[in-house]
Amino acid sequence: MRERIKNLEEFRALQEKFIKARACEKRKVLVCCGTGCAAGGNLAVYEELKKQMAEHGAAFEVSLNDNCGGDATGIKKSGCHGFCEMGPLVRIEPEGWLYTKVKAADVAEIVDKTILGGEFIERLGYHQNGELYKRQEDIPFYKKQTRRVLEHCGHIDAESIEEYFSIGGYSALCKALFEMSGEEVIAEVSASGLRGRGGAGFPTGKKWAQVAAHTEEPVKFIVCNGDEGDPGAFMDRSCMEGDPHKILEGMIIAGVATGSTEGYIYVRAEYPLAVSRLSIAIKQAEEYGITGDDILGSGKSFHMHINRGAGAFVCGEGSAMTASIEGNRGMPRTKPPRSVDKGLFGKPTCLNNVETFANVPDIITKGAAWFRSVGTENSPGTKAFALTGNVVNTGLIEVPMGTTLRQVVYDIGGGIKNGKKFKAVQIGGPSGGCLTEEHLDLPMDFDSLKKVGAIIGSGGLVVMDEDSCMVNIAQFFMNFICEESCGKCTPCREGTTRMNEILTRITHGSGKMSDIDELRSLAKMIQVSSLCGLGKTAPNPVLSTLQNFEEEYIEHIRDKRCHCGTCKALAQFVITDKCIGCTKCARNCPVNAITGTVRHKHEIDPTKCIKCGTCKDNCPVGAIKEG
Amino acid sequence: MMMMEGNDLKFIDSVLEKYGNDKTKIIAIMQDVQERYRYLPKDALEYIAGKVGMSESKLYGVATFYGNFSLNAKGKYVMKVCRGTACHVRKSSTVLQALYDATGTSETDPNSDDGLFTLEIVSCLGACGLSPVVMVNDTVHAAMTPEKARALVEQLREEG
Repeated sequence: MRERIKNLEEFRALQEKFIKARACEKRKVLVCCGTGCAAGGNLAVYEELKKQMAEHGAAFEVSLNDNCGGDATGIKKSGCHGFCEMGPLVRIEPEGWLYTKVKAADVAEIVDKTILGGEFIERLGYHQNGELYKRQEDIPFYKKQTRRVLEHCGHIDAESIEEYFSIGGYSALCKALFEMSGEEVIAEVSASGLRGRGGAGFPTGKKWAQVAAHTEEPVKFIVCNGDEGDPGAFMDRSCMEGDPHKILEGMIIAGVATGSTEGYIYVRAEYPLAVSRLSIAIKQAEEYGITGDDILGSGKSFHMHINRGAGAFVCGEGSAMTASIEGNRGMPRTKPPRSVDKGLFGKPTCLNNVETFANVPDIITKGAAWFRSVGTENSPGTKAFALTGNVVNTGLIEVPMGTTLRQVVYDIGGGIKNGKKFKAVQIGGPSGGCLTEEHLDLPMDFDSLKKVGAIIGSGGLVVMDEDSCMVNIAQFFMNFICEESCGKCTPCREGTTRMNEILTRITHGSGKMSDIDELRSLAKMIQVSSLCGLGKTAPNPVLSTLQNFEEEYIEHIRDKRCHCGTCKALAQFVITDKCIGCTKCARNCPVNAITGTVRHKHEIDPTKCIKCGTCKDNCPVGAIKEG
Repeated sequence: MMMMEGNDLKFIDSVLEKYGNDKTKIIAIMQDVQERYRYLPKDALEYIAGKVGMSESKLYGVATFYGNFSLNAKGKYVMKVCRGTACHVRKSSTVLQALYDATGTSETDPNSDDGLFTLEIVSCLGACGLSPVVMVNDTVHAAMTPEKARALVEQLREEG
């Protein structure tokens, strides 16, 4: 069905055809089929939509290839819209309406009223503080964002290259192939100031130039890091699932610019949908001759491969990733040589993150100046963040670099869940740190965050409310690192294990005051002597919580208390005067630790209590306090 | 070489052929083999090592390095319990405990006696907006609670 495109003219004609076909689809229903909404049942919604449309005898099309040139309604499976909290989501075009929490049972009404009648169904619309927001772009969660990388995520069918053509896709590649030299492409990327979105923020143009400089090497590689291992991060996943061709386009441009002919995408095994969407995308691109030999008749070649990870966090580190692609244990090695000189299979390798590659096509088509029009001087452009934890609106967001934490948590995130108080945000995963109330107005960019001991990392933002215990969070990350340390170097393997032991004993109430100094000295030792970035940054969560919440450590050690009630070994359940004497707690207690008579305040015997929390969960009036 | 006969041999040969007996593709080869058997049978590993020209000890080293590979038979339903940060702050530990109790497994013995369930802890499934999350084989179950976890186990048990 898809024929190889032989030259630029053929590409332009084909693109034109699909731009027209897209314009014909006046009405379109985009059913979000990202991991989140798919889990919420949106695949059933999609099937039901097709069934109901057929039953109503209404013309519809699922692919631009079936375009009749008439006024058929497009029924599309899209990638992630980002507003996972309100999923499953369905977007209606041309109005741009967004329906939230849609179920298969709602489909009949959607077909009847909205698709055929053009009427908005208020019940399915998004409400905030009593106000109805019909259009997706008007919802506060979206309104404050600047979507560039995620521009088409949720707006196109992620499994169709034709849809990507129809929004101008692969134009940047054509420009790089036929109108620019490799040096010019690299110069444009350098001028844009794009910095690596995987965490370290290394200038992308500089990296490309270093790989391109190895003109003596006939074999060079492009590697895309999609091993998004930081717990609490899913930007790359959404990007790979929602707009896979954008990443491919960025990689092919990098290949053409640096003279590399092989590209590898390393994707986490936990992301089966991303693997499947990328595989479909690569197959389609091959069919059209956009990857493979003699791309679009340009004489240049680029071959794409997918590697599925096998569950090792450390493989997100560059040299560990290349070791894993080569079929070895994913262990980092000493640097130099850096991977731009000796990377995959010992050849010069350009390794960038998913989001970095996804930024490239727009830089080539719209130019460096356009890219710099948002963001800060040293961190231009936008950054995608995964906003999660105890915040009202969780989901995937994209904002200009330099946006403050307050704007993200309150304006976009809608503040803290259940009216609780903000306590901290964990940023940058196991290598990052905690930001507190005093940092709320700090601009989030590479350099400002570094100054306060945190990093952007891959972009996970986990919001924590007043009930989150910071010692527990520190222990949580340290435990994670202990399990994920590859074991090659001693400081990381043994040092993190010792730190985890200390943190565990503090959370169990058997810590000593000297433990705090011990933690600090171990942290310093690990930072300076570990082999790779994973080890060097592993103590960050402990150091930053110690810096901002030392009193909580002291409370755990000296007073044997965890006022947040998170550390079960230290928790104490107390029945307050709110108790109405309903006896529910006493009946539910598995160890009969609660006594009292009907309509009188009950008591918990702390010697019998096993701190399971059943009483608190079951109390109808919230009379049981923990802490 | 008890199991490496007939169909098994044919299957593994087909996998090896697909990857051109290339030892740099060893991770993909093992992923395909594990997909079929739900673990990596010892005989299969020995056979593969010989075919791709890799020592058995090196192959063992690679197989045991990665969290996704298992040298023991896994249950029909592999339940990946997400213990990522977002799930953690939304109390995934209580979900994990409920699943251990309902399936009769534990941290040290993650396989249920009836061969139905294997419990795995994963660092993040990337579905943080839906936390806490449990993935059963390739299906994501969102916003889990101990009650929902118990109901899920019951339902899977009925399906057998």
